[in-house]
Amino acid sequence: MQLQQMYQEIILDHYKNPHGRGLRDPYDAESFQVNPTCGDEVTLRVRLDGEQVADVSYEGQGCSISQASTSVLTDLVVGKPVGEAFKKLDAFLELMQGRGEVEPDEDVLEDGIAFAGVARYPARVKCALLGWMAFKDAVARAEGKA
Amino acid sequence: MTTTVSAPLDVAALRADFPILGRTVRDGKRLVYLDSGATSQKPTQVLDAERRFLQERNAAVHRGAHQLAEEATDAYERARALVADFVGARADELVFTKNATEGVNLVAYAMGNAATSGPEAARFLLGPGDEIVTTELEHHANLVPWQELAKRTGATLRWFPVTDSGRIDLSDLDTVVNERTKVVAFAHQSNVLGTVTDPAPIVARAKQVGALTLLDACQSVPHMPVDLHALDVDFAIFSSHKMLGPYGIGVLYGRAELLAALPPFLTGGSMIEMVRMEGSTFAPPPQRFEAGTPMTSQAVGLGAAVEYLSELGMDRVAAHEHALTVAALAGLAEIPGIRVLGPPLVDGDVADRGGAVSFVVDGVHPHDAGQVLDDQGIAVRVGHHCAWPLHRRLGVPASVRASVYVYNDLDDIDAFLAGVRETQRFFGVV
Repeated sequence: MQLQQMYQEIILDHYKNPHGRGLRDPYDAESFQVNPTCGDEVTLRVRLDGEQVADVSYEGQGCSISQASTSVLTDLVVGKPVGEAFKKLDAFLELMQGRGEVEPDEDVLEDGIAFAGVARYPARVKCALLGWMAFKDAVARAEGKA
Repeated sequence: MTTTVSAPLDVAALRADFPILGRTVRDGKRLVYLDSGATSQKPTQVLDAERRFLQERNAAVHRGAHQLAEEATDAYERARALVADFVGARADELVFTKNATEGVNLVAYAMGNAATSGPEAARFLLGPGDEIVTTELEHHANLVPWQELAKRTGATLRWFPVTDSGRIDLSDLDTVVNERTKVVAFAHQSNVLGTVTDPAPIVARAKQVGALTLLDACQSVPHMPVDLHALDVDFAIFSSHKMLGPYGIGVLYGRAELLAALPPFLTGGSMIEMVRMEGSTFAPPPQRFEAGTPMTSQAVGLGAAVEYLSELGMDRVAAHEHALTVAALAGLAEIPGIRVLGPPLVDGDVADRGGAVSFVVDGVHPHDAGQVLDDQGIAVRVGHHCAWPLHRRLGVPASVRASVYVYNDLDDIDAFLAGVRETQRFFGVV
């Protein structure tokens, strides 16, 4: 059954107990992203400390995939240099756009590798990327201000 | 149901006309197709009609004097006549458009063009102080074009609210539709809730104040007998691909005298009367609204679809869908943690509710519910179904929608209900 490949325990755990959830102050920039086909949305804030991602906080409504993926994102990027965070973003993008053909690197993506099964379902890739796109946008805004 | 029905649909037999229903999905599972509200499957008769046209009579219509051009034109116009007959209209009152959405835009843009057209178009004029009325349960296709028309002309958009049970709230009908109202656009049947609105009171009030009416019949014409002359609406739109027909073609109905006065929307070839460098005059309807080479084989396919539906009998189609809808609603009512949107069953039945059943599963996002259903071969729609304001009104971000058609049977409903229970089990909410 492919369903278990998609809904890995890791994903369901992040969905039920999301990490870093809630909007926090202070922050440098905020991004609001919406998936127009289903109405899922996320508001995500980024605080940078020099080159470091000091905090990512978020609020949103959406399916397990979009919510869990945003939770995983915060684990992966908070405390990391922006350059490294963007490398992870690229790796996650590559995984999600790989139609299940890309072998993820656990050293880079950690819990993010659980989304490999989601990549087989093109309709759900947007869900998995919602928070990541908000992060990318928020960092760009924060850097634009600096 | 008050309709008398001679014999129920022979679903087992007619399923053989839809080869796609014989395929399997997701590792060999029987396909349970419950997404006909989005698009219907196509019977062999429709596909054959398109192919036969292209193999035997293909030519550009309404031009050329050769035999093929004559035969193609005849086939195209015969399709128009078949569709007109199917909805109780005259052939010259039907315009073929790219899709139903284009039909709404055609009327909205043509009304916007009234300001730069002749005196016969004055009745369509609209500007600051005038009002456009729609409803909170509309598909975006019958909302956004009116928002944009209001923006272009300075008119004000108003809308009927929706009741908690998902019906258009007409309690303030005489206020919402008033002397300033120019057009009232509303759905015959909600694509989300299945609720059927009786056009009569809205049409009567609109006539009183001299407003035009436009009926979104996308979810009614495929599923029940519809007689547009009897309903007395001014305009109506519906869609081929939701009624067993091909993609790429929709229908706009307009009362003959209105189409005769309505300015064109898209202009170019085929829609002109006389062209000079300084300016042009336009053909009478429906040609005035069919600029460019039309979707000919698709029209022929749509003609075959209405012949197919006529042979089934729309009364029987409606009765069949009603039985399936009641079975789905009754089954869902027995599952704890399910919230059905729209009118519930009362004493085992529900009136004026077509075959779309939308619901939410407590603790499971609609996207996730749809995924578990899909894993069992059950195709439903998840999301806001192009009716975002309605979902907002009902207090849910999205929903799961199961929608039935002629080829669905009680086995499909049983599989669906079992699938919903499996969804709850999978996500551990029961």
